[in-house]
Amino acid sequence: MNIVVLVKQVPDSGAERSLAGDGNTVDRTGGTNVINEMDEYAIEEALRLKDETGGQVTLLTVGPDHALESVRKALSMGPDAAVHVSDEAIAGSDALGTAKVLAAALGTLEYDLILSGAESTDGGVQVMPHMLAELLDIAALTGARKLTADGDGFLVERQTEDGYEVVRASGKAIVSVWDTINTPRYPSLKGIMAAKRKPVTAVTLAELGVPAGEVGAAGAATTVLSAEPRPVRGAGQRVEDTGDGGEKLVEYLAAEKFV
Amino acid sequence: MNRYRLLPSDEAAAILELAGDIADRELAPLADDFEERGEFPREAVRVLGRAGLLGLPYDEADGGGGQPYEVYLQVLEVLAYRWLTVAEAVSVHTLACYPLAAFGSSAQRAEYLPGLLGGELLGGYCLTEPAGGSDAAALTTRAVRDGEDYVVNGTKAWITHAGVADFYQVFCRTGGPGPAGVSCVFADASTPGIVPARPERKMGLNASPTAQIAFDDARVPAGRLVGEEGEGFRIAMSALDAGRLGIAACAIGLAQAACDYATGYAKERQQFGTRIIDFQGVGFMLADMATQIEAARQLTLHAARLKDAGRPYGIVAAQAKLFATDMAMKVTTDAVQVLGGYGYVRDHPVERYMREAKVLQIVEGTNQIQRMVISRTMSR
Ligand SMILES: Cc1cc2nc3c(=O)[nH]c(=O)nc-3n(C[C@H](O)[C@H](O)[C@H](O)COP(=O)(O)OP(=O)(O)OC[C@H]3O[C@@H](n4cnc5c(N)ncnc54)[C@H](O)[C@@H]3O)c2cc1C
Repeated sequence: MNIVVLVKQVPDSGAERSLAGDGNTVDRTGGTNVINEMDEYAIEEALRLKDETGGQVTLLTVGPDHALESVRKALSMGPDAAVHVSDEAIAGSDALGTAKVLAAALGTLEYDLILSGAESTDGGVQVMPHMLAELLDIAALTGARKLTADGDGFLVERQTEDGYEVVRASGKAIVSVWDTINTPRYPSLKGIMAAKRKPVTAVTLAELGVPAGEVGAAGAATTVLSAEPRPVRGAGQRVEDTGDGGEKLVEYLAAEKFV
Repeated sequence: MNRYRLLPSDEAAAILELAGDIADRELAPLADDFEERGEFPREAVRVLGRAGLLGLPYDEADGGGGQPYEVYLQVLEVLAYRWLTVAEAVSVHTLACYPLAAFGSSAQRAEYLPGLLGGELLGGYCLTEPAGGSDAAALTTRAVRDGEDYVVNGTKAWITHAGVADFYQVFCRTGGPGPAGVSCVFADASTPGIVPARPERKMGLNASPTAQIAFDDARVPAGRLVGEEGEGFRIAMSALDAGRLGIAACAIGLAQAACDYATGYAKERQQFGTRIIDFQGVGFMLADMATQIEAARQLTLHAARLKDAGRPYGIVAAQAKLFATDMAMKVTTDAVQVLGGYGYVRDHPVERYMREAKVLQIVEGTNQIQRMVISRTMSR
């Protein structure tokens, strides 16, 4: 089975993050960038399926030149190759623009399955699998906590707020995964050494036949009108225990939807 | 942390990042609990082994990682930052592999090293005896040739990994008194007659077992003699030159952890209406800690780079071990001071760091012995 895994480099969500000078896009230049956390689970799932069925695992990423660091790190986990779409015209793209680029790149690859994380820690829009399914005319099985190859298709346990749904698609599919699906392996020294020699193909928009005007900030279908920094943390709420402290805590947690 | 490091290659950066990830996710969450209960984290060490981090400075042809010593030491530092017991375990294991890697015949290397360096096995290094500590050449454990075996009798003391190791490098007497009568053999831990005693009850580093080992007619195949008979003491000292740098790297990681913790605390804690870090008395103490750590790091890496370049490095390694471990004692003590009363209780890790730092001034040659090594060269 040939699998393409979508990976994205994002600013480290454990560190302080900020918006770029325009006030509306994520600053990707400063600080540390990492592989989007959920994507590591998608890679692990691909490697697990490859161990079962054979075939190739290819990573696909759209991003600036420094995204390559994260691609090398992802390759050290075990995938066979990577495709990196990089073009200045892509900067500022919204989800639809990125989806068009990814779909064009996927059109040049052979695959039975596309895997992705269920969301990214920067944009967090969770729409990419659906957009790609539409553009590629394949099924989208999203939010998986379990994935199995099932005859001519795929069977997925789809995580929901209060349980899970079992969904199946025949033929090619794109599956997005949550972090409940597996435990990603660590890279190894051998993997790090091998990653240096794995092929990473760089492609531009022109090579994919995507008109530059359809992507980037200019081609975006959505616009961020304004953004505000997160409010500074407030004083917090104190619960005095006069015998009913436990109940009050539970009330609070329930009101905040923690329980 | 990588921002301030000069690393020799991209893969070195990737290896350090890997070590950091494992340290953050697999080691840090266990350290307090395992130290409290005195349990050796064998499984966590296996995770490092499977990632290829238990044979870093040895040749790829022997199954090692083929990394320069400067990279290996920085990995140790990153591990010690989270848990000294585990960094020490990697350092001792690396030390225990050294005699075979540096002095083993090509047949021995081919037969044993891939297993020793493969990540599933853990080694111990048996030099010290109850009566022979600093004066290691006075060791009395005997190995007598009997047919195809050496029969080993005696007692080793203070052996890290006693009871949890899979193999031991054992220094024993095959000839007359003094250094010239010492040989080196390596034995499977399962050899009948090798009997570890109950672990010592230590002041710190409690998750790392240290114990005496009795050798009672333990039969070790003669093919497991490393080097020639009588070459053992030279092998032991050569291994310790390299091993000392490992201890220095452990000291640096430990001190960095203490310094970072104390700095974080000093930025939060308020007295007299001010963050205590803004009192010059505290801020300058932290500045001195950070400066001493960096100086120790650079001295240690300088020694490592000399070693990597094939130049003599033993004296600089002794200086690095001496400086880095004295530094770690001072820095961890000051970290307790920065926290005041909160530093003296187990709710914060700095008192543990302080107890752990002490042992680094003692192992692999006390700091008096390091000074002796350095001054002896100067007096020539
Ligand atoms: C936790 C721990 C783990 C250890 N792990 C190992 C291990 O895995 N393998 C192993 O072989 N050993 C190990 N050791 C032993 C360690 O290397 C010895 O403790 C050390 O070499 C000192 O020996 P000693 O304890 O007998 O002290 P002694 O040699 O008795 O020294 C006592 C004091 O006298 C000083 N002194 C001795 N000679 C001189 C001199 N010539 N000039 C000036 N001062 C001197 C020393 O510096 C020290 O202050 C370990 C020790 C500890 C505490």
